[in-house]
Amino acid sequence: MSHATQPLGAPVARREGREKVTGTARYAVEYHPAGRLHGRIVPATVARGRVTAVRTADALAVPGVHTVLTHENAPRLREPDDPVLAVLQNTRVPHRGWPVALVVADSLEAARAGAAAVRVEYESAGHDTVLTWDHPGMYTPEQANGGYPAVRERGDVEAALAAAPVTVDATYTLGGLHNHPMEPHASTARWADGHLTVHDSSQGSTTVRDSLAQAFGLGRDRVTVVSEHVGGGFGSKGTTRPQAVLAAMAARLTGRPVHIALPRRYMPALVGHRAPTIQRVRLGADRDGVLRAVSHEVATQTSRIKEFVEQAAVPARVMYASPHSRTTHRVVALDVPTPSWMRAPGEAPGMYALESAMDELACALGIDPVELRLRNEPAVEPDSGRPFSSRGLAGCLHEGARLFRWYDRDPQPAARQEGRWLLGTGTASATYPVLVSPSAASAHAAPDGSYTVRVNATDIGTGARTVIGQIAAAALGTPQENVRVEIGDSDLPPGSVAGGSSGTASWGSAVHHAATALARRLAEGGGVPPEGVTATADNEKEAAASPFARHAFGAHFAEVAVDTLTGEVRVRRMLGVFAAGRILNARTARSQFIGGMTMGLGMALTEGSTMDPLFGDYAEHDLASYHIPVCADVTDLQAHWIDEDDHHLNPMGSKGIGEIGIVGTAAALGNAVRHATGVRTRSLPITPDTLLPYL
Amino acid sequence: MDTIAWTDDTDAAQPPPFGDHSTLTLHVNGSDRKLTLDHRTTLLDALREHLGLTGAKKGCDHGQCGACTVLVDGRRANSCLLLAVAQDGRRVTTIEGLADGDRPHPLQEAFLERDAFQCGYCTPGQICSALGMLGEAEDGFPSYVTAPDTAAADGPVPLDAEEIRERMSGNLCRCGAYPRIVEAIEDVTP
Repeated sequence: MSHATQPLGAPVARREGREKVTGTARYAVEYHPAGRLHGRIVPATVARGRVTAVRTADALAVPGVHTVLTHENAPRLREPDDPVLAVLQNTRVPHRGWPVALVVADSLEAARAGAAAVRVEYESAGHDTVLTWDHPGMYTPEQANGGYPAVRERGDVEAALAAAPVTVDATYTLGGLHNHPMEPHASTARWADGHLTVHDSSQGSTTVRDSLAQAFGLGRDRVTVVSEHVGGGFGSKGTTRPQAVLAAMAARLTGRPVHIALPRRYMPALVGHRAPTIQRVRLGADRDGVLRAVSHEVATQTSRIKEFVEQAAVPARVMYASPHSRTTHRVVALDVPTPSWMRAPGEAPGMYALESAMDELACALGIDPVELRLRNEPAVEPDSGRPFSSRGLAGCLHEGARLFRWYDRDPQPAARQEGRWLLGTGTASATYPVLVSPSAASAHAAPDGSYTVRVNATDIGTGARTVIGQIAAAALGTPQENVRVEIGDSDLPPGSVAGGSSGTASWGSAVHHAATALARRLAEGGGVPPEGVTATADNEKEAAASPFARHAFGAHFAEVAVDTLTGEVRVRRMLGVFAAGRILNARTARSQFIGGMTMGLGMALTEGSTMDPLFGDYAEHDLASYHIPVCADVTDLQAHWIDEDDHHLNPMGSKGIGEIGIVGTAAALGNAVRHATGVRTRSLPITPDTLLPYL
Repeated sequence: MDTIAWTDDTDAAQPPPFGDHSTLTLHVNGSDRKLTLDHRTTLLDALREHLGLTGAKKGCDHGQCGACTVLVDGRRANSCLLLAVAQDGRRVTTIEGLADGDRPHPLQEAFLERDAFQCGYCTPGQICSALGMLGEAEDGFPSYVTAPDTAAADGPVPLDAEEIRERMSGNLCRCGAYPRIVEAIEDVTP
């Protein structure tokens, strides 16, 4: 073997890199089965009501159109495992953009023309799409997303706030945010001999397989879902999406393979999004900055068909010591698209509010914001009382402050000016929980000395394929080039979704155990028979509940320049330091941290989705109106990490890294804007129009 | 894995010419490709659906993301905004046409070396855009950040990181690989 074994953590290049840079990596609608047809959704144009007629004659007359699926002729589904998949089953329109028909045609052009020719008539009712703090429909759910209790209380928050010498009482307002992965959601479906095969742009094809089996009343062995390459997801592809169901329906009805790729502008309604939140944070502290009370109350919205509650108050249960605490979530069901996961659901919006409030407290006290956080480090997890398996926040704050040269700052706001630019710096903490989901894997030794590991992991750009090879190679004591990795197919041993920053811990544990078992059997001697040797394992041990509070932590530092003439905010530099266990691939990990921070920059400064109350829909439907960061927005952006030796995680010692980069970034930037200008906006994004009136 | 045997109908017979179809020739990656296409077919869909060249990606279909960037007669273009029928006789270079045999283009190597991508969906467009951008700078095209005296000079515009960032801002990357993309392009900048 010409290659050496490399320790875990080595900056191994992506296994599929060559395919991606040469354009040969195939995504979900880039498989071209013979006779394929193209499907195009017809979206509802009312926000609430029911379909009274779908007139398809004009569409069917378009040359190339094969059929139009409506609620009248679409295959009947069993009750899907997710209400957003119950498409074309009845006349109800729960929100604007809901699919009310699907045109199936020979070509993309005919499908588009056909969809434009479908005439849908509605009986519409008055819609209600605007979130308010005291909406009469507000209720307290049992749980928020992730299974967290909606309400947690310790001590007597009101009394402690009333008695505290210094308090902050601030309300932060965030609009909706959209994941917008570069690859729109897409599926290619075909049926053969009663077996459904779908190439799907998904973060977890085992999940999609199970959804389709349920919806179509099939055994799981009669459905195969493949997600070999996926053009990003950021949570929006973590659950099965309607295009997979519609493509399978259309393929069944026509007897031919069907492609559906969502047009970009249909995505805000159909693939989930981060729900708007209104967050009231109250902090009570002694004059030395030690917290006596933390109250974080969240109001958010869901749709009429599914309860999804953004768990924005949950990080306040983890972050800072305080004898009195209240963290609550309320939600109202509106005539809006169903929200879902977007990178760091809960933590990303929640830490914007909490970490902005901590900055407000630091300003009120005249204490350095880094020092204020250090003074409130808890000995145990504040909410649960459980010991931390490791807690690297203080280390990240110290290291980040050193690398950023934080203490050079003059704490006075609006004190630094360069011509028309006001300069400022800000900091914020980050946290994300350690999550593990059930997965299984196999490891195979071939007589030629090579190995194959199989697990239905998904590589959505994280580098999962690469790090799984590294984990297996480390357990087998072989160069990683000697390990073949098979992922992205639901016929493989079941893997969990690439979400919740849980992939490496979940799949990697199963792979480690399978590879270790294989190594043990090979060590028993006797050689490898012609059919090879295979070992299988799961991650039951790692997926079980832990007596420890397990979280990754981080600290962000940012410097901004604010144009006093235009109100534009430019990011001069951003630096993040993270403590996330052991980093298994320095190369791909750095890319993930920086990617998360970049999305956080978007959340802070450019990304905004506004609800149009008249039409009852998000107004920003495309990438010309929903502004994700571009190359010119990202200048000096650095990610660093502190290695942690935590034995309470998994065999690799890793915590998740996919989401923590976005957590706290927006607060650090908002705090820097406040330092630069003296202006605290308390809403995002901080666009010129929001800032200019105060400059 | 070979669990599914997809057949490829890329070379299937083209639809018969109607009044709304035309026959045209595109010179794609050095080969002449004669096609009969619906007049509504974009260059992007011609490449992806009719020529089996799926390297150029459809990210928005509205010229807002750059994932579909190819070179047309040597200049970068959003292929989703071009009707194929209007490109008759033009030279089109896609990501599949950049390598020299088995040897990837230096930009492709630089993107690999710098880990200048994650999900890979914007990557072909980024690389084609970078190639076109290098040609524009070589030919003296100024950008928004080019100093006026530089633009006045009749020669190549020197590319620093700021120039590259500005000139590459039509190619969106949601994974946030921008710093590595700029480094990769700097690696091949003369």
